[in-house]
Amino acid sequence: MALQSLDITRRSASPTASPQARKTIEIAKLIDVSTCIGCKACQVACSEWNDIREEVGHNIGVYDNPTDLSADAWTVMRFAEEESNGKLEWLIRKDGCMHCADPGCLKACPSPGAIIQYSNGIVDFHQENCIGCGYCISGCPFNVPRISQQDNKAYKCTMCSDRVAVGMEPACVKTCPTGAIQFGSKEDMKQLAASRVADLKTRGYAGAGLYDPQGVGGTHVMYVLHHADKPQQYSGLPKDPQISPAVQLWKGWLKPLATVGIAAAGLFGFFHYITVGPNHADDEEDDTAANVGRKEKQEDKA
Amino acid sequence: MKPQLIRRYSAAERINHWIVAVCFILLALSGLAFFYPAFFWLTGVFGTPQLARIVHPFVGVLMSVAFARQFFRYWHHNLLTRDDIQWMKSVKTVMQGHEVGDTGKYNGGQKGMFWLMCACMAVLLASGIIAWRPYFAGHFPIPLIRIALLAHAWAATILIAGIIVHVYAAFWVQGTIRAMVEGVVSHAWAKKHHPRWYREVTGKQK
Ligand code: HEM
Ligand code: SF4
Ligand code: SF4
Repeated sequence: MALQSLDITRRSASPTASPQARKTIEIAKLIDVSTCIGCKACQVACSEWNDIREEVGHNIGVYDNPTDLSADAWTVMRFAEEESNGKLEWLIRKDGCMHCADPGCLKACPSPGAIIQYSNGIVDFHQENCIGCGYCISGCPFNVPRISQQDNKAYKCTMCSDRVAVGMEPACVKTCPTGAIQFGSKEDMKQLAASRVADLKTRGYAGAGLYDPQGVGGTHVMYVLHHADKPQQYSGLPKDPQISPAVQLWKGWLKPLATVGIAAAGLFGFFHYITVGPNHADDEEDDTAANVGRKEKQEDKA
Repeated sequence: MKPQLIRRYSAAERINHWIVAVCFILLALSGLAFFYPAFFWLTGVFGTPQLARIVHPFVGVLMSVAFARQFFRYWHHNLLTRDDIQWMKSVKTVMQGHEVGDTGKYNGGQKGMFWLMCACMAVLLASGIIAWRPYFAGHFPIPLIRIALLAHAWAATILIAGIIVHVYAAFWVQGTIRAMVEGVVSHAWAKKHHPRWYREVTGKQK
């Protein structure tokens, strides 16, 4: 989304800091997996508000439809059937961007301002700056960004930044019939989650907990899980998501190393030339003065 | 050709070399633009950032084809011998402007550079294809694309540093650039820097 009236704290590929003086509160969306009924109203609301329509697909034998995130489907419900203690559990998770505090997509993006983070925590893509390289896909630990086949630009959930900017909740939150998606300050959402987790524990879900993974600095979309000890059961939600070490090496260590290496090659040439001088073949015999001068220089050094 | 000049590269070889060189410069500039945020403006070599992103891989393929032609022209001139190892060990002496060993068409440093370039080109081509959107990247798993992007940036860095040394060496050893521009070198140049090759092409013993 391009039009916005939120403060930007971080931009992709921008070496100097964005304005930092104003402080706004951090927001969060809390998805309570234990009260979600899988109705997909949020998917529809997302599609409505954002004017995106995924093509009608095929039934693949489970409820997942569309079967994956796409440039036209920024959130999808994933249905997992898990058997534990001889009981079948239907674990339904609303998948989409987690709005990481330390977003791998933003870290990887080479195009200035194509990915931005607002001071309230929302991570947004500004498609007009996107070059379609797909680095964000490699940077994301949650496999979220998708490149549109129409315009070769990356898209994902915006947390309805346009709505949030004018004091409204995201469309999915507004539409959820069971109140499984809540929106507010991150602090409030953590408190709400704590009471939900306590309730789940009294009902026998010993592993219940909040999913706010610290490996990415926490997220601005959090889950209440009945099995927070086994997040992978929820259609592969990563247990300890982190920006991949390959991406860290690429975007972290390699830059200073490359700078030193390339600069060293250039400086070597320059200083070699002004100290040793050119290597002539033709004037070996005749240009004695130059040779004498060169010899003296070498003796000086020795 | 004047009698005192020796032919080192044919017109076809020179054209081939400069196709690779021009492609390389365009690739290095646009690539560094993707790599260093502060140099993003270098995407301007292809007009706009989006165009640079789209065109870079195609230029890469063109360069790979041209480089492959060079590989098949030159690989057998670049097999390492014991003399070359000796040359590499004495690189300090060489850098003072003294010759080491009875050098043939290429010296140990040139041969080392040849194989370094081959290795980097191979890595750049393979990793570049794996990371190429929208055509190929979708067919590879994301963890592999991450490794490819890392390898691509590494190989590009090594190659760029290597090419700086390559260009400097050609400039430092006066009379060398002429070999790749006009195709010829002087007798003195050949006798001094590539004595064995000099004897081979002229049939002279001294
Ligand atoms: C051999 C064929 C090559 C192919 C197929 C290729 C392909 C690619 C692709 C697909 C990208 C991602 C950006 C984009 O989609 O345009 C890229 C980035 C890049 N390329 Fe190449 N390339 C090749 C050769 C080269 C060469 C010769 C250099 C420079 C010496 C180079 C330097 C770079 C750099 C520095 C990046 C940015 C990497 C980063 O952001 O860390 N590439 N290349
Ligand atoms: S989940 Fe992925 S796309 Fe969303 S903010 Fe985190 S890294 Fe970026
Ligand atoms: S595809 Fe667009 S948003 Fe993603 S990393 Fe590349 S420029 Fe940034």
